[in-house]
Amino acid sequence: MSAAQTMFDKIWDKHVVVQRDDGQCLLYVDRHLAHDGSFHAFGMLRRKGMTVRRPWQVYATPDHYSPTDVRTIDGIENEELREKVAALEANTREFGVTHFGIDDGRMGIVHVIGPELGVTQPGIFLVCGDSHTSTHGAVGAMACGIGASEVAHVLATQCLWQRKPKTMRITVDGNLGFGVTGKDVILAVIGQIGAAGGAGYAIEYAGPAIRQLSMEGRLTVSNMTIEAGSRFGVIAPDDTTFDYLDGRPYAPKGAEWNKALAYWKTLPTDDGAIFDREVAVDGNAIAPMVTWGNSPENVVQVTDAVPDPGREANAERRESMRRALDYMDLRPGTPMSEVAVDRVFIGSCTNSRIEDLRLAAEVVKGRKTVVPSMISPGSMQVKAAAEAEGLDRIFTEAGFDWRHSACSMCVGLNGDLVAAGERTASTSNRNFRGRQGPGSRTHLVSPAMAAAAAVTGTFTDVRRLMEEQ
Amino acid sequence: MKAFTRLTAIAAPIDMVNVDTDQIIPARFLKQPLTHPDYPSFFFHDLRRDETGAQREDFILNQAPYRSAQIIVAGENWGCGSSREGAVWSLMANGFRCVIAPSFGDIHYNNGMKNGMLPVRLSKEDCATLRAQLHEQPGAQISVDLAAQTVIGPDGASYSFEIDPFQKHCMLEGLDHIGLTRQYDAEFDAFEERYNKEASWLFAG
Repeated sequence: MSAAQTMFDKIWDKHVVVQRDDGQCLLYVDRHLAHDGSFHAFGMLRRKGMTVRRPWQVYATPDHYSPTDVRTIDGIENEELREKVAALEANTREFGVTHFGIDDGRMGIVHVIGPELGVTQPGIFLVCGDSHTSTHGAVGAMACGIGASEVAHVLATQCLWQRKPKTMRITVDGNLGFGVTGKDVILAVIGQIGAAGGAGYAIEYAGPAIRQLSMEGRLTVSNMTIEAGSRFGVIAPDDTTFDYLDGRPYAPKGAEWNKALAYWKTLPTDDGAIFDREVAVDGNAIAPMVTWGNSPENVVQVTDAVPDPGREANAERRESMRRALDYMDLRPGTPMSEVAVDRVFIGSCTNSRIEDLRLAAEVVKGRKTVVPSMISPGSMQVKAAAEAEGLDRIFTEAGFDWRHSACSMCVGLNGDLVAAGERTASTSNRNFRGRQGPGSRTHLVSPAMAAAAAVTGTFTDVRRLMEEQ
Repeated sequence: MKAFTRLTAIAAPIDMVNVDTDQIIPARFLKQPLTHPDYPSFFFHDLRRDETGAQREDFILNQAPYRSAQIIVAGENWGCGSSREGAVWSLMANGFRCVIAPSFGDIHYNNGMKNGMLPVRLSKEDCATLRAQLHEQPGAQISVDLAAQTVIGPDGASYSFEIDPFQKHCMLEGLDHIGLTRQYDAEFDAFEERYNKEASWLFAG
């Protein structure tokens, strides 16, 4: 009988091709996602005269640079954007990689389409040249973001050198209250452990409040693991996971499904397995959250006020808070619910899935937006599903700009930008200075809170709006 | 990769926590190749320059002795956020070869180790001490010796740091990781043969 193991340890052990005496491991990569920002890596490969070792294990889509108003390469007016989207098509054709192009109905944000297409599966090692690759951990995959040199290495070798990180279990107990979402859970976690709290660790999320989340809610939690400093955020697969994956185009079928399922059921952490660190979070105490500063750890409940740097004992932290409040143009003590927004963005790999859109639509229904508000669904399939349910009409009748799928205003690479000085309620993942455009001021919220901000113009407690309906 | 052995150079203190890679190189510059003639100017662009493009006097890397710095001593969580390797490339395009901080974004740390841009972890207190000394003596030098795993501060105090032996070896020798991995092709083939049967559903398509 072997010792009790964590899920992360089990998946890690399964992928070790070489273990050196110094502890470094060469790991086998099952699935690799690429995007239109991966041109550096394809260029490195070309310069070295190399090929992609296992091209059919690589899937690509142009999420970063695709504009949200057109769906053909020729239709992209901006030459730089057109060039990037076209380059991915050319690179994937040259190297024989599966490509869901801008005009393909399966196109979308890599971290949305991976699970949606069944490319992401429990127990696999998945990498992508994007920090939010932690998302895929929600399905029970060991998944992490890597840099361009590592992307080139994986393309050329189908492997990655890694030293095993320490493990941390974050157990969210209790029940999530009315109007509280996966986004609020992860913002509360980051607020508790800090933006560097997970550095050097692989995180596993556990506990009843995680188990009761839908697949979409779990994907949001794992997605923002990187904002807590950790590259890996795994959640044990269960019936929610299996029901979600069953029938997806790239998921196993028939006898292979049964074989896979039997294996997947062995993955959850064994009783008695030891983590290097255990963190407990009280799920009952989580409320809708809003960030106030330039790090996702700068977060409060919507019922709270802007914090006072004067009360921070640590000098370095105090100065950082002052700089953030200055940049964000906020005064200590102002109730968050009284902070007015100029713009709303619903989208990104964090919150753009069908459940996110349903939740936002529920809040918006029968109301009108009072500030410019746009939605970019996480994939063209999410967009089609939302339209089949009539959600697009709820949004457009309320005054929302209903766009195509891309990373869009989360990072602004495709031209969807927040103007200097503008304050945005955004369902994305980073409130860094200038993230959504030079001088932009970002507040991270759930889709429900973003919808509430769109129809009221401030960070209104969405629970109040939902009670009215 | 560019080998790193030892370096004695002017060091600049950056007294900020959570310096994310969006600050080090804003996203809008990522579409540009490393060969772009203005590549060095993308580094910390929005903190270094005002709306008109003029350099801000109050940003430390714009000040005289620090303009020729090759080492940065920073606060916690340096290089958090986006995986963009441009953060490392823009540091190097400005002559930096080493950042000393209490903690790093894990992806940025690895990106540095792939490029010969050495990230050194020292304690929060040691980093604060070094930054204070660098403020008191602008233009003071720090020495970093990778083989010995030591940092020598402006006052001669020595600090030792931990580093993964494999990553250290690769950086000291300037090794190409792909070439190194291909030395394990026999192990790779054996692994795949076994794994393809075990996890057949991943290879059934």
